[in-house]
Amino acid sequence: MAHLAPTPVLEAGQDRTMILNMGPQHPSTHGVLRLILEIDGENVVRMMPDIGYLHTGIEKTCEAKFYQQVVPLTDRIDYLCPLTNNLCYALAVEKLLGLEIPPKAQWLRVLLNELTRINSHLVWLGTHALDIGAMTVFLYCFREREEILKIFEMVSGQRMMTSYFRVGGIALEPPLGFFDRVRDFASYFPEKVDEYENLLTGNPIWMMRTKGVAVMSAEDAIAMSATGPTLRGSGVDLDLRRDMPYSGYENFKFKVPISQDGDVFARYMCRVQELRESVEIVKQALDGMPEGPIKADAPKVVLPDREKMKTQMEALIYHFKIITEGFAVPAGEVYQAVESPRGEMGYYIVSDGTAKPYRVHMRAACFANLQTLPKMCEGRLLADVVAAIGSIDIVLGEIDR
Amino acid sequence: MPLAPAITDVEELKGHPAVAPLLAWDPSVLEAVKYDREEMTIYLERSAIREACAILRENNECAFNFLSDITCVDWYPSEPRFEIVYHLLSLSKKERVRLKVRLNSASPAVESLTAIWPGANFFEREIFDLFGVRFTGHPYLRRILMPDDWEGHPLRKDYPVEGYR
Repeated sequence: MAHLAPTPVLEAGQDRTMILNMGPQHPSTHGVLRLILEIDGENVVRMMPDIGYLHTGIEKTCEAKFYQQVVPLTDRIDYLCPLTNNLCYALAVEKLLGLEIPPKAQWLRVLLNELTRINSHLVWLGTHALDIGAMTVFLYCFREREEILKIFEMVSGQRMMTSYFRVGGIALEPPLGFFDRVRDFASYFPEKVDEYENLLTGNPIWMMRTKGVAVMSAEDAIAMSATGPTLRGSGVDLDLRRDMPYSGYENFKFKVPISQDGDVFARYMCRVQELRESVEIVKQALDGMPEGPIKADAPKVVLPDREKMKTQMEALIYHFKIITEGFAVPAGEVYQAVESPRGEMGYYIVSDGTAKPYRVHMRAACFANLQTLPKMCEGRLLADVVAAIGSIDIVLGEIDR
Repeated sequence: MPLAPAITDVEELKGHPAVAPLLAWDPSVLEAVKYDREEMTIYLERSAIREACAILRENNECAFNFLSDITCVDWYPSEPRFEIVYHLLSLSKKERVRLKVRLNSASPAVESLTAIWPGANFFEREIFDLFGVRFTGHPYLRRILMPDDWEGHPLRKDYPVEGYR
């Protein structure tokens, strides 16, 4: 039975070591990650990640859809930060089209993108702490995450699969009371971060489980194409929001937390500090929110308002054409990268001049970050593997696509 | 804002931090260059890709020391059929460059970059899996996303989106 053969083969050494399968159904692998471990007693000798259990062929599906129909697919790649994916895809197509996005839409995108980062980091913090044995933090994190999901539901009607950013702007004006609710959240959230830190940062058990564990040097992190907090935890100062700004990030002031130690604790500190910085960006976005339209002035690309469709013939025609035929995008190719909560999320889109993308490739941050895992774990204890997996914050939907 | 036309003249682009060191090394490996939508693309000869990457990585002026991404585009039925696309990033200058290698469908193979960047491992395995392009010198070239006994390469253009293969 060929299909039952184990995928990657690690041969056990002469009686000294044994092979241990971890996952794909294992609570600490955050999805369907399978790790094949060669262990010598309690020590990991070799590790091989085996992925593909969640492969759905999204890249192939995109080639059969109109440009605007790809947006809901992007939500489902990284289900913890759908808006970051929406943003990256929209920016890439806008770059292909040469569209200019009005400031209010850019500001709203930044605001929601940072809320997404908080949302994603909260899930990471909760599950990471739960894996290592600190259960309370998980409940606290999901309490705050609930409020963010309600904010998402308020703007887009969906808690998780938002599809709120469209090519040429955003889908709808945010509803009444939206800004007040976000401001309320931003005002009380820093206290909650203190609360998590009280439980973890100085906690001796937490420090013993994380300090000096799964260490990775800066050279290794760069060589393995790691990005995001996994890279910054090793002391490499790279944040695309600051270094290669997109969607108006150059107008915001924020610090990029880095740590030199390269261990689980360093990556933990980076992400926790990022929670605080993200709140600061949200506050700046609220204070400086410009007035104006939320969609680009491009009737052939952006769907018209419902009101206009009832009164203007052109609007009705454009609506009909966009829905039935899509919009043609000039031939060319772009690579657009954004800083997702996990690192560099990049969309490489090739257009052949028709209304469907010729090729859409997603550069998933976790896909590259996962390669660092064997480097972190080999030669260490089996129990540290769980801490290491949590510290690179993997999302299997993004890895397998 | 209207799109500016693409620049494809080597003379105009020879000052670019990625083009200059390659021209100084061996101008014959540059098949074409393109500057479009503020992105630089360099088409390289197939045999030169590994050395070209090593040169760009070690260059002092603008070290493209970070491999962002490797992917592939299938231009079926035209030839050369496959385009392997490399995205490099310079951590010091925050600059990107895209390198391309074109491969024929008869025996699509190109040198692996795993010796320069170990991180190329997964990207190249993914291309091998989904496009059937081989990477010579890769330490573990096996399917990564599809099952081991899968037939065909799903991201090829002659592989249907729905229905039977």
